[in-house]
Amino acid sequence: MKRFSGFVKKEIYHILRDTRTLVILLGIPIVQVLLFGFAITNEINEAKIAILDHSKDEVTRALTQRLLATDYFLLEENLQSQADIARIFQAGQVKEVIVFESGFAGKLQKEQQAHIQLILDATDPNTATTLQNYTAAIVMDFQQELNQQQALPASITTRSRMYYNPELKSVFFFVPGIITIILMLLSAMMTSISITREKELGTMEVLLASPMQPAQIILGKVTPYILLSLLNALIILALSYYVFQVPVKGNLALLIGESVLFIITALSLGILISTVASTQQVALMASLFALMLPTILLSGFIFPIENMPEILQWISHVIPARYFITIVRGMMLKGAGLDILWKESLILVGFTCLFILISVKKFKIRLE
Amino acid sequence: MNPAIQISGLSKHYGELQALQSVDLSIAPGELFGLIGPDGAGKTSLIRILATLLLPTEGTASVLGKDVVKHYRFIRRNMGYMPGRFSLYYDLSVEENISLFATIFGTTLQENYELVREIYSQIEPFKDRKAGALSGGMKQKLALSCALIHRPKVLFLDEPTTGVDAVSRREFWGMLQNLKAHGITILVSTPYMDEAGLCDRIALIQKGNILAVDSPGGIVSQFERPLYAVRAADKYHLLKSLRSYPYAHSAFSFGDSIHYTDQRGAFAPESLLTYLEGQGVKDAQIEPIQAGVEDCFMALMQRHETSH
Repeated sequence: MKRFSGFVKKEIYHILRDTRTLVILLGIPIVQVLLFGFAITNEINEAKIAILDHSKDEVTRALTQRLLATDYFLLEENLQSQADIARIFQAGQVKEVIVFESGFAGKLQKEQQAHIQLILDATDPNTATTLQNYTAAIVMDFQQELNQQQALPASITTRSRMYYNPELKSVFFFVPGIITIILMLLSAMMTSISITREKELGTMEVLLASPMQPAQIILGKVTPYILLSLLNALIILALSYYVFQVPVKGNLALLIGESVLFIITALSLGILISTVASTQQVALMASLFALMLPTILLSGFIFPIENMPEILQWISHVIPARYFITIVRGMMLKGAGLDILWKESLILVGFTCLFILISVKKFKIRLE
Repeated sequence: MNPAIQISGLSKHYGELQALQSVDLSIAPGELFGLIGPDGAGKTSLIRILATLLLPTEGTASVLGKDVVKHYRFIRRNMGYMPGRFSLYYDLSVEENISLFATIFGTTLQENYELVREIYSQIEPFKDRKAGALSGGMKQKLALSCALIHRPKVLFLDEPTTGVDAVSRREFWGMLQNLKAHGITILVSTPYMDEAGLCDRIALIQKGNILAVDSPGGIVSQFERPLYAVRAADKYHLLKSLRSYPYAHSAFSFGDSIHYTDQRGAFAPESLLTYLEGQGVKDAQIEPIQAGVEDCFMALMQRHETSH
């Protein structure tokens, strides 16, 4: 035991004395969360629009006001003629032009039908679609209110309410994914690099020539990184809670416990990499490319798994991050507990055992 | 008395490369044994097999009476090993390094201070300095202290003096002599022939073959032919001329002179001088000298190569 604690102490010295790496390790999560939270979002705020109102009656004015009362749109210009549309689009000033036909209020009253034309800058199709949906939704809303007042033609109303993320904030969607990716990458990378570094520096040769057993060497190296990764997880949680108001609806202690479980899964994967890689460079490449792409693309972090081709859905089953993302989303946003997430948790335990078993088998007690 | 190290028919292959070819060797307890040979001779492979870090392809080896493959745990507890490359933690201080190795072996510096005192006391003033900031000689003393911290019965040192200055080298050999007094069996490898004389016995090794095993004096006395040192200003031309001399047996460059042996029993140096003058080497000087370990090594190597 004394042997083990002495070895852990040495590993902690390594970590604390390499200040530059330590800063990077603790800085990456902060930068990532802020980046995803603020910059990389797929919601639209204050999109610039222009309005061409051929009618200029009380109904179009009310509708215009309604549109501009939201945060989504910002009026850039009131256009005077059809010719202005091409000009303003070419200048790249607006994303959308809303055209009300002439005699709007009158037509609505007499014919129960009036037309709005939406012209969108579809060079960015995603933004265009989103804007179109926003506008249509607001117009629909407005129309229903009108119908209620007049109690005239019965119209079908579709009502939708967004559960869990009523404002469709993308940061709610991203944070669980970021926690997963960062824990996966850092944990796997840190352990695989720190073990291969000993191989490269030749210190592993001295350790092997000592009475230290493989399990002692591995556990001694991994223990400090469990704490470091947990610290990272807490930083991310605190940031998302205080900066982005992402709720933690489930049990916080359980969430931290699940994080420790996933950290151990990732660390054991790092150990597995280090038993195969002989240099730090190989270990880094393996952790980055073999882990990062599948983890980001196939875990459901960005693309929903249900939308993937069947073969990719199958592959996603062997990606540990997939289960942890489900756990974190469930716990943070839906308030789920172990009664719902026990299956995912068990799968992670299984992965961990498998990785450790292979690592112990593959760990070389000699230099070859 | 049983030998401390017993090697029989030991071979090591790395794919096509034969690092060791059927090596036999026996080292007595308490012996300071030198493994002498150039780079790539197989010294490191042999030491790593004995240190249980490599598996032999063929043959067996035992250390302290235990097989290096089966009983590697026992050997690892009872040996000290210092690899060829400095293999301590650069970012740990001198004291942290040594206490780390003490805890790994389940002991403390205080417990065995008396054994390492002579060596460790020299670096103790720098105990708060990072190992990476030490000079070559001090690194080596630290590494030796770490290898000795658990009172090993046998010590393996792989080229401990490579890359160390001449003064530190001499000091280091002095320390090894003192360790012998504690009854530790020491196997040390070196490419420096001049260090051979400091060992009790040496084995000359080349291309995975042991050429000779004897005391340094015994090795030198095996040298059969009279040896001459030949000097001239144009050394390269001199060497070429000597090698083309029909009666030449060997001519090897050694520092500022060329060591020469003749095929004939009765050799008159004057006849060689005359020949050299005919070749255009006008300023050649010749004098009889005592053969050293390196001369023996070259002679054995030459004999070994012609016999294969």
